[in-house]
Amino acid sequence: MAELITYRDAVARALAQELRHDPSVYFIGEDVAAAGGVFKATKGLLEEFGPTRVRDTPISEEAILGAAMGAAMTGLRPVAEIMFSDFLATCWDLVAVEIPKARYMTDGQVSMPLVIRTANGGGLRFGAQHSQAVENWAMAIPGLKVVAPSNPRDVIGLLAAAIRDPDPVVFFEQKSLYPTKGEVPDGEIVDELGVAATLRPGSDVTIVALASMVPRAVAAAEELDGVGISAEVIDLRSLVPLDTATVVASVQRTSRMVTVEENPRLCGWGAEIVSIVGEECFWHLDGPLTRVTTPHIPLPSVDTLEDEFLPSVSRIVEAVQKVVQ
Amino acid sequence: MSTTELETTPRELSETEQARLALYQQVVRLRTFEERAYRLFMEGLVKGTSHLSLGMEAIAAGFGEAMRSDDYTFCTYRGHAHTLARGTPMAGVMGELLGRASGVCGGKGGSMHLTSVEHGVMGSYAIIGAHLPIANGAAWSAQARGSGQVAVCFFGDGTTNIGAFHEALNLAKVWMLPVVFVCENNLYMEYTAIGDVTAVEHPAADRASAYGLDSIIVDGNDPDAVYEVATTALERARTGGGPSLIEAKTYRHGGHSRADPGQYRPDEEVAAWLERDPMPTYRARLLRDGIDEALLTDIEQRAQAEIDAATEAARAAPPPELQAAYTNLWADGGSSWRN
Repeated sequence: MAELITYRDAVARALAQELRHDPSVYFIGEDVAAAGGVFKATKGLLEEFGPTRVRDTPISEEAILGAAMGAAMTGLRPVAEIMFSDFLATCWDLVAVEIPKARYMTDGQVSMPLVIRTANGGGLRFGAQHSQAVENWAMAIPGLKVVAPSNPRDVIGLLAAAIRDPDPVVFFEQKSLYPTKGEVPDGEIVDELGVAATLRPGSDVTIVALASMVPRAVAAAEELDGVGISAEVIDLRSLVPLDTATVVASVQRTSRMVTVEENPRLCGWGAEIVSIVGEECFWHLDGPLTRVTTPHIPLPSVDTLEDEFLPSVSRIVEAVQKVVQ
Repeated sequence: MSTTELETTPRELSETEQARLALYQQVVRLRTFEERAYRLFMEGLVKGTSHLSLGMEAIAAGFGEAMRSDDYTFCTYRGHAHTLARGTPMAGVMGELLGRASGVCGGKGGSMHLTSVEHGVMGSYAIIGAHLPIANGAAWSAQARGSGQVAVCFFGDGTTNIGAFHEALNLAKVWMLPVVFVCENNLYMEYTAIGDVTAVEHPAADRASAYGLDSIIVDGNDPDAVYEVATTALERARTGGGPSLIEAKTYRHGGHSRADPGQYRPDEEVAAWLERDPMPTYRARLLRDGIDEALLTDIEQRAQAEIDAATEAARAAPPPELQAAYTNLWADGGSSWRN
């Protein structure tokens, strides 16, 4: 059996699944309990699990992540919500300097089984301070795992995997995907981190995408079919660990690659993929490795500009045609 | 009662006397360690930087003695004393300072990141303010698990002006966490007098009321006073009474770090505080209160032997293998990020 649910409801279902599965899982954040989350992605959790395990915090991002870190070091498996991924900057010390380094600096004395959930990216006209896709920030930090699901089923499987993982995971929920729906099977779903999904086989070009860019990549591939270009679409699902094997094997077959990223251009994750593929697939290539990204600008608020500058289906199609010609 | 009489007919020490001797022993051990660490830095055996607690040992000693063995310590980069005061062997701490494989962090932490989880030392944090919210997390975990453990978080006066201090105190009170925040006010934030950059006279105590906490100031150079205030705060935290914020007044004998001779401090101020050096003053008090000097001398000699052995062991230990740089990033023991 399966049912059609939203990406938003999948978040609550995944958290409920893990809160039920393991009594050491706790969930904290701003407006997450009584209000059910500002995106309504955590509705019903307070009612089922009570105010001890699902707890509202003040607007204190350092206090939130500090609480998660100290608790993870001493026997809990906390999940902490940072409402918008842009706000990671207000607690960046915890994200980049404390949480990822503690195990290493202590030579393995402490464990850090925690998850930072955060709503990432644009598309909702929220303006530059509530819209940036920042998955590449987290990817740059040794010691953080970085996950970004593209559909409701993966939200459950990957969030469960992140919570059960013994290392810190930053879990990027793409906020424009919250209302999108997908089929989800009944019962417990737990995936493995670091396994990409080939959503569509193809022979002319590999399109590598993540989160909100995945449905656009699939739509572009369908359009390209109409003009005789066979595109393989890979959903990376996690940036760390990175499933390079799937990408490299695919490009060795198709001989071309286009990455599609929502993060701004410079040092976006696509650059790392291009670098790896350039080194490891060079002799198989028949076209330039190409990146489609948001330009290197803060995201403007107005809908016309936001729509223009986030990578669109037509920009992906155009980029692929240029590579394949 | 004369010393001679004690030597010939040693009387049984009361519980209080034993506790005070244990306090003195801690002060002496910490002093002995820090003096040796300073010497080894000067000899170039310790690379990087160091932040010594010389002159501030009574705070670590008082809390170390008052805490339960499973309580949590969170300290700053000035953390040698707090790490040792929880029972971490000197050899492991000295090994870490010297960058040896035998160090408590295998040489990957260094002076500023001493950690010994098996002794409740949950880390030394080198970003000002970072560990106050983290100590809350350990306290939250203890509360959730019903373990009765308390987290004690030590920090300097400079920390009271950073945001994390205020976020942490608020949350600790709202969640009634079993945590004790201890401000070691040594009057200087790094190179600047704390009074020159702080809106209130007592940087921690004057902020307590903003978080519904009592204003507590203690003489941080008096081991008895620290022990007493620690015992009260720990008991309060353990029995559901919530957090405490304690300001312990003290003074560093040296500068902020290895690079700092501390010349910005007026001579008369330094001289006045040296008069209040916790080690000789506590020694004199114990003698005055009838403790046999031989017991004190024995403590001092044992501390010397302990530091000599620890130094020897650390010097003899090898540096970490190059491969160690790739270990223990992840729980699987490695550092791989791709397949």
